[in-house]
Amino acid sequence: MGILEVKGVNKRFGGLQALGDVNLSVSENSVHAIIGPNGAGKSTLLNCLVGKLIPDTGSVMFDGQSVLGQTPYQINQMGISRVFQTPEIFGDLSVMENMMIPCLAKRDGSFELNAWPSVNSQKDIIEHAEQVLEDMNMAEKRDMHASSLSRGDKRRLEIGMCLAQEPRLLLLDEPTAGMARADTNNTIDLLKEIKDQRDITIAIIEHDMHVVFSLAERITVLAQGTPLVEDTPDNIKGHPKVREAYLGEAQV
Amino acid sequence: MLGLNNKDLRLFIIVICLTVFAPFILNPFPETSELAQFNAGYPDLMQRFIIFGIFAIGFNILFGLTGYLSFGHAAFLGVGSYAAIWMMKLLTLNVIPAILMSIVFAGLFAVVVGYISLRRSGIYFSILTLAFAQMSYALAYSVLTPITGGETGLQIKATDTPLLSNLAEGEIGRANLFGLDMRSSFELELGNWLFTFNAGYYIAVVFMLIAFYLSIRLFRSPFGMMLRAVKSNQQRMNYTGLNSKPYTLAAFVISGMYAGLAGGLMVAMDTQVGPERMFWTASGEVVLMSILGGAGTLIGPVLGAGMIKYMENIISKINDNILHKWFEFMPDGIEDFLVTIIHPFIGKGWHLTLGLLFMAVIIFLPGGLVELGQRIGRLFRRGGSKDTAAQSTPAE
Repeated sequence: MGILEVKGVNKRFGGLQALGDVNLSVSENSVHAIIGPNGAGKSTLLNCLVGKLIPDTGSVMFDGQSVLGQTPYQINQMGISRVFQTPEIFGDLSVMENMMIPCLAKRDGSFELNAWPSVNSQKDIIEHAEQVLEDMNMAEKRDMHASSLSRGDKRRLEIGMCLAQEPRLLLLDEPTAGMARADTNNTIDLLKEIKDQRDITIAIIEHDMHVVFSLAERITVLAQGTPLVEDTPDNIKGHPKVREAYLGEAQV
Repeated sequence: MLGLNNKDLRLFIIVICLTVFAPFILNPFPETSELAQFNAGYPDLMQRFIIFGIFAIGFNILFGLTGYLSFGHAAFLGVGSYAAIWMMKLLTLNVIPAILMSIVFAGLFAVVVGYISLRRSGIYFSILTLAFAQMSYALAYSVLTPITGGETGLQIKATDTPLLSNLAEGEIGRANLFGLDMRSSFELELGNWLFTFNAGYYIAVVFMLIAFYLSIRLFRSPFGMMLRAVKSNQQRMNYTGLNSKPYTLAAFVISGMYAGLAGGLMVAMDTQVGPERMFWTASGEVVLMSILGGAGTLIGPVLGAGMIKYMENIISKINDNILHKWFEFMPDGIEDFLVTIIHPFIGKGWHLTLGLLFMAVIIFLPGGLVELGQRIGRLFRRGGSKDTAAQSTPAE
């Protein structure tokens, strides 16, 4: 039984069947990639996992608890953190403040009227945030405006913010989309490091085969809203059905 | 000290000095001089600086930090005022219970308005708050006349006999603080200068300093950081396990309570209320104050409030006769010409001057008067030594 269990999920937008009977099991402490051509339903599936969309039928269980009907912040507090396709950070705030917010969310929960003490007096939060910045190799950028970071650093910061919450499941939505090769390789290295150093499950949606085959331990191929196969990367590479549906276009 | 960092503490001390010595600072010209009309050191106007300063500080907690532009904050000012005057009519003419009640009632009303309005953001939120405020105004004018006095508003009358105040038969009660009449003043004559120290003003100052101190603490707290996060990226916030709704609602209610305090103080200074206090232009005014001074900064809204109230009271007093006196020394034709040119900008035309000033600030100083201060500070820093640079940097 995996940490994330998706069973019989259907999602329909008007006449379009975006997801048809999706079953997916992500086992704990693995890296699971979900790939598929454009319009295969990858993003719809992800949105169903984080509470942005509610599936028409089926169940999504995280660690034995249903996430259906929960709002994104509740699901996040259960231990699922999400990295967006374009980095979503607090652009008006400094890098350090960006990092302190998830630390506060981890300590104080979804709401706390903490209006009397100053931020600087929250030693545990500062320590925690500085530690994560250190881990992300961003310590020297702590006072920069987050919006002035490079694309790669924004991604790094966003991943760091997710890790600061010590999630059990990290969801990545095309983390290298639109990145230069060097940045992509940096991100791969970062994710490998995270995987090696922490007890964390990573589910990754990706277009870039280079990223997928460098990281994933299991791969699920989606096509037209339905999982085609689920297997190890080596088996996926040679799978005729997959080639036909997807890799045929990309020649790996 | 006081749990503030050095920069904030310095700012707070500056504000304390400015407000305490305002009767001197605002009366720089001797009574006999031509320029005496630019003096703003009389109690009525100084009270207004302080009260609208509180209103703007509170508004800035919502607008400056979360970015939610409420266009109906005058409603809370009005609710606070009505609550305060009813306390005075029924319970006691002491201003403390009246002011406390004004905060409580404005806060409760803000919970209702905020809960509904905050279901939407951006322009829709602004319109919802505007609708609530206009609704309150219309209700106060008509249906709620038994409570609000309708068009004539409410005043303390000879027939009012508050429970705890011993009034002689037919005596019109006066607002007081444990016996100290709000209107009592101490006048100090120094040469040609006349300085007035008014009890009501200093009581308002105490409330304003408390309000300002609390707002500094809020700005620097984790809660304040969350409010800035709301403004920056709500999506990221929700996916970071934070529920942005109670954060914005708390900010809305706190800023509504500040408005209620301002309304209560208005009644404490001048014991009357009318529904026009809730009209939408009053809500717009506090928006202008915040933006003119510098939204999201600590001191900006107070500066903006002072600026607007100064112009409203001083520029509007200048008339053509005064202009003629100023330009007397010029040849007749030029004198008349100049007076004709300046005429639309003074007296009732002060709104035009304000509008132009507002446009200039938005275009050239998006950060408001605070940005102007910072730019001047930077000029000094470039010119002067390092030592003076630290001095001239305006705090916020």
